[in-house]
Amino acid sequence: MSWLRFLRRKRSDAELQDEIEAFLTEETADNEARGMSPDEARRQARTKLGNPQKVRETLWAQNSLLPLTNLGHDVKYALRTLSRTPGFSVIAVAVMALCIGAATSLFTIVRSVLLRPLPFRDPDRLVMMYEHHRGAGANTPDFSYNPVAPADFYDWRSKTHGFEDMAIMTYAGYNLTGEQEELPEAVRAAAGSWNLFQLLGVQPALGRAFTESEDRLGNTVVMLTWSVFQRRFAGDAQIVGRQIHLDGRPFTVVGVLPSWFTYPDAGIQLWLPYKADATPELLQHHDWHQSQVVARLRPDVSLASAQAQVGAVQYQLHLQYPHDSVNEDVAPRSLNEDLAGNVRKPLKLMLSAVGCMLLIGCLNVSNLLVARGAARQKEVAIRSALGAQRATLIREQLAESVLICAAGGLGGILLSVLATQLLTRAWKDLPTAQSIHLDGAVIAFACVLMFAAALVAGLLPALSTTGKTMMKALQTSARTGASSVSRTVLRKSLLTVEIGITVVLLVAAGLLLKSFLQLRSADVGCVTENMLTLKYSLPEKQYDTPEKVNAFNEALLERVRTIPGVRAAALGNTLPAAGYWGDYVFTVKEHPPLKPGEDLPEALMRWADPGYFSALGIPLVSGRFFTDDERVARSYKLIVSRQLVRQYMPGDDPIGKHLHVPAHAHPGAPGDVDYEIVGVVSDTLYQLGQKPKATMYFPILEGVTGGIQMLAVHTASEPLQFSVPVQKQIASLDPELPVSDVRTMNEVIGESLVNASLSATLVLAFAILSLLLASVGLYGVLSYLTTQRTSEIGIRMALGAQRDQLLQLMLIDGLRPALFGLGLGLVMSFAATRIFQSMLFGTKPLDPVVLSGVIATLLAVAVLACLAPAWRASRLDPMQALRTE
Amino acid sequence: MRKSSQPQSAMLKGTLDMMILRTLIGGDAHGHTIAKVIEHTSEDLLEVEQGSLYPALHRLEDRRWVSSCWGVSENNRKAKFYRLTAEGRKQLIRETSRWRQMRRAIGLVMGEEGGAQ
Repeated sequence: MSWLRFLRRKRSDAELQDEIEAFLTEETADNEARGMSPDEARRQARTKLGNPQKVRETLWAQNSLLPLTNLGHDVKYALRTLSRTPGFSVIAVAVMALCIGAATSLFTIVRSVLLRPLPFRDPDRLVMMYEHHRGAGANTPDFSYNPVAPADFYDWRSKTHGFEDMAIMTYAGYNLTGEQEELPEAVRAAAGSWNLFQLLGVQPALGRAFTESEDRLGNTVVMLTWSVFQRRFAGDAQIVGRQIHLDGRPFTVVGVLPSWFTYPDAGIQLWLPYKADATPELLQHHDWHQSQVVARLRPDVSLASAQAQVGAVQYQLHLQYPHDSVNEDVAPRSLNEDLAGNVRKPLKLMLSAVGCMLLIGCLNVSNLLVARGAARQKEVAIRSALGAQRATLIREQLAESVLICAAGGLGGILLSVLATQLLTRAWKDLPTAQSIHLDGAVIAFACVLMFAAALVAGLLPALSTTGKTMMKALQTSARTGASSVSRTVLRKSLLTVEIGITVVLLVAAGLLLKSFLQLRSADVGCVTENMLTLKYSLPEKQYDTPEKVNAFNEALLERVRTIPGVRAAALGNTLPAAGYWGDYVFTVKEHPPLKPGEDLPEALMRWADPGYFSALGIPLVSGRFFTDDERVARSYKLIVSRQLVRQYMPGDDPIGKHLHVPAHAHPGAPGDVDYEIVGVVSDTLYQLGQKPKATMYFPILEGVTGGIQMLAVHTASEPLQFSVPVQKQIASLDPELPVSDVRTMNEVIGESLVNASLSATLVLAFAILSLLLASVGLYGVLSYLTTQRTSEIGIRMALGAQRDQLLQLMLIDGLRPALFGLGLGLVMSFAATRIFQSMLFGTKPLDPVVLSGVIATLLAVAVLACLAPAWRASRLDPMQALRTE
Repeated sequence: MRKSSQPQSAMLKGTLDMMILRTLIGGDAHGHTIAKVIEHTSEDLLEVEQGSLYPALHRLEDRRWVSSCWGVSENNRKAKFYRLTAEGRKQLIRETSRWRQMRRAIGLVMGEEGGAQ
């Protein structure tokens, strides 16, 4: 009702005027009836009425909502004061927009990735179940979450009751060939057990999910994800029930997954039943650690007891297969954490960095407001002498910072829409199971941030200008009143904190940058310049015998090597720095058997052609490379890396020794095969930032069918120029064969560094921005001090102070907060850097180069910021200075 | 500021609303009439300040104790008439009884015979 009144107060005022007019007429008429002259009658009527304006004002106030009116006044007043100093306002708004924008985008990502529940049914009860090797300590970064062997999974599922259901999935790759002359395409696929979608609570958008009977070897059914359905099949619903060709084999499409389903990542294009392409031998292997297990906890069972049940089964398996690499325990991890595991730390780091920047932004605006408050000191003092309440004055000043922050926040939200898009595109590791976008909660967050920032920025200056010392401004005519001294102290302490936080950010950025540079300059162990790489995989349908595979591979190598400008070519299942790919456990035949409880040795498994090592420039340490004879003839030879010898055969001559590799499921080979070591090569990194790992190389010509092959071509000049000639050679051998990931080796390496470079770049950007803000603050404070001390400087000059001395005086005055801030910041960094120590590569938290760099940068910037005002102070004309005020 | 604001004509706080409501029992009236009636009935002991009459009328209207409409006065002039609502009648009864109690209480304190009556 009062709202109604409030909105209608203009009309009710008009009515009142009419009423008053009516009253005057009546009264005048009465008076005239009493015999007064018309003029006198009117005058008397007016006298009786009193001041009509006052009546109107009373009613107006009665109809107004006081707080709202006051708010209106405050906003109007603040707008006027802000528009009087447009430069200040624009800078302050821009600073806040930048800070709030950055904080909002990071919060958007954090919320989507870490806070929002996954889009599945009861996501809280979904866990990933891993095998776990007890040796690795808990709570350390290298706590082992090992992929699960299918045979273990089937035992878990049948022998335990703590979970409603468990499903298993693994990754796969297929060549999707066209139905109507479309280009062939290598697609990433996932194979999931039939109950996976049901377990997650996902309904296909079209068609149906797999049935239990379809989950068996050789079954040719497939589900499409929304992206491939739209992209390749033009969103035509008729595709359900039709056939598509994978690796040349027809598969029937039974369903299409909904558009939001991008689990486990957006790159997966197709889903197949888990057992469709797995041989029964593989499924019975307790050693084929290639799969992920998702489980749904029963509502009445605790995770601990469900885990204990599975753990008991696993321990039995461990005892049962002592010669296989069967882990003795299991480890669960919530699905959400599993998807976000890699980005959790960098995200938190960046969020804290952006929080620091926001704080610096607030302090800066606060600092500027204190300076303005000083200029308006007298106005405030006079108003309060006239009876303005302190609360009113504070409210008025807060209105300014609220306006700045509101405008900044608005700009920030717009900015963050853009920034979030850029960031999600640049950040390859981000899980995409939840889409990342702005929503109500994020906007609410931005608003809260906005008002918190306004309070932080506005309260301190408002309190300081309206404090008890306010009246002194009236008493003293000189500018160096007691209140301005305390205000200067306040500004200096704000600045000290600001610089302290900046130092923390600078140290963090410096460490991340150094760590990134270390990573980038790490020696991969092979030639990386002028190296073209590409992937292909020979479909098992056409290339069903080792001979056919070898024929293709050898013909390709021969043709590529004869392209003019090609120096060498290497073929393997993967290349250095391209990832982990997989490992095998083994035993050394010549060594005594392992004691019970001793860990089985393990090494990365690689396949290589005879020219692989020389083409990649991996030096031979002893023995020899593969020859053309190590081929289908099954000579069972292998080459090991120096790390393997160092780690597992110290003091031995490895050449001629034999490795027993039980898991190497070699087609047609007897189960127990010993491989003779013919050579030792030097180490390569499988991934930058990781230590070299023991590696064994099998001859690729021994006849591996299926699987991905990687070709590396060492060229004489710019490698990408060779991508078309090389692809032409592949097309001439098999026009149906798709080629993927055509990149230079440096690009491959660069991609693995993208995340490190992103965190380093972002934190550096935040740090530089903060440094800029801090230097602006420093400049502002010193300029203010200089104007304050103009007359003092004049007196000093008149008394014979030299300009150099004055310069020194002012510089020291300005640099003091910088030095205090530096000290404070260094102390804080010691604590802060420990938190992200694990993200650093080859860099200690107290890296002397970084620390001295930070100190030098900060001091240089501080001196520069102080120099201009100090210089101005020392160049003052003494007469002018003395005359000021 | 007004000359007429002598102590004896100043109104007791909070009684104006009640008197306005009471006046309206006799029928609809506009501001001028209401003021005149109050002054007249109080034998000119009370003087209604216009500065408080109109805000009071609007306040009563807000509380829905009176309603208003524009009409023509007895002298054929446009005027805003106020009318007592059912709610206003109840309020008048409440206020009157409160007033009686108050008058008695003050009377007792001031040592008047038998308080009020």
